[in-house]
Amino acid sequence: MSEPVVLRRWPVYLCLVAALVLSIMPLPTAAEPFRPDWVALTLIYWALALPRTFGVLTAWVSGLLLDVSQGTLLGQHALALTAMAYFPLRFHLRLRVFPIWQLSATVFALLTLYQFILFWINGTAGVASELIDYWGSVITSTLLWPPLMLFFNGVRQQLTVAR
Amino acid sequence: MRSLGARTLALLLLSLVSLVVDHRENHLDAVRRTIGTAIYPLQVIVALPAEALGWARETGVSRADLQRENNRLKAERLAIRAKLQQMTALESENARLRLMLQTTTRVGDRVRVGEIMAVNANPYRHDIVIDKGRQHGAYEGQAIIDATGVVGQIIKVGSFTSEAMLISDPDHALPVEVNRNGLRSIAVGTGDYDRLDLPYLPNNADIRQGDLLVTSGLGGAFPAGYPVAEVSAVTRNPTESFATIRAKPITALNQVREVLLIWPAEKAAETVAEGDTGAPESAAREPDSAAREPEAAAREPEADDE
Repeated sequence: MSEPVVLRRWPVYLCLVAALVLSIMPLPTAAEPFRPDWVALTLIYWALALPRTFGVLTAWVSGLLLDVSQGTLLGQHALALTAMAYFPLRFHLRLRVFPIWQLSATVFALLTLYQFILFWINGTAGVASELIDYWGSVITSTLLWPPLMLFFNGVRQQLTVAR
Repeated sequence: MRSLGARTLALLLLSLVSLVVDHRENHLDAVRRTIGTAIYPLQVIVALPAEALGWARETGVSRADLQRENNRLKAERLAIRAKLQQMTALESENARLRLMLQTTTRVGDRVRVGEIMAVNANPYRHDIVIDKGRQHGAYEGQAIIDATGVVGQIIKVGSFTSEAMLISDPDHALPVEVNRNGLRSIAVGTGDYDRLDLPYLPNNADIRQGDLLVTSGLGGAFPAGYPVAEVSAVTRNPTESFATIRAKPITALNQVREVLLIWPAEKAAETVAEGDTGAPESAAREPDSAAREPEAAAREPEADDE
């Protein structure tokens, strides 16, 4: 790209805020275990798409906000999201060329890692929980990945504007 | 991109430190409060649809419905007023009797209505966020009830919001007594909204299905006399030293929207601005629990229930 291009960042931040809102939205008790990890999905996408602009720091700060809004230990989601975001950032070149099903499988693995870290911290801190209850959100999130990716692709096309 | 690994590692370490500090001490409360204030608008946005729905429901009710509701409320008010007449008499009698026992009065707690803004997503932590914080005089350890019974207590206070733990949280234990005979016990949360356990009662304890459990006021956090749960099942197994007792919370804990924050009478008197949990009360209540001891102990085991 030879001509100067400006990258607008605020739509991405708006996506993250929307994800945050969706993750603290009250849900019926029955649907609660199946609440998708909106913030994690959003972070994975933007880590793959713009790894130089949205890195681990974005993930960490989003994690802190998530911790405060959900009343978990300060640093729990921050730690999990940072660890999870490392992989798409590190391997974005390889992951970008994956076909969609393969990428979905990767997202599944990443979310499993994310939930496992949450589970592990809960266990260490003495918050009772059972591993089986963490799968619901991993599954719904993975199913949501393809449509969400299409949506974010649309957003991404609006990001760059010629100066 | 060489620094990606280093940055990740630094942030991971920072999170770990923050985790440990937050878990061990409460030094990070100021940080939490600052971030909490920053995301307060988000929580308001989240609460908007539910509020809009409530508003629409209120605006859209038919005249007939309103009339019916009005009639029902009138009847209810009449009944409550009748009870209230008795209540004033009882209150003064209670004050008089307590004066004789030289303990402080309990009735006359100050309350304030708070609304639930969010519910913790983790199914194993029954936490709620309510829209009253330090600005409104909320304090850590404050008891929360609703119109029917005890809901929980505040565990973290922010500027405008605070977090409360429900009595059904597995980490929550509540000193209760059986309303019928004053038998004291602890009601422990189970992680199930419909169940509390009373794990520390011996097989011969005088408790049966249908007994009402009220707060005993011991421990100081909860004012005494608020209904908590109704005993739903008592299983006595002679081979075990404790009976298995289950109780169902009076309040539908997963359906509450509005809650009442309580400032106990003593607390309300000393101008609630900021405060630590009311420890001094427990000393004042000692004589009363001692007085009840012989009665509870004197009761013989009854074998009339399963």
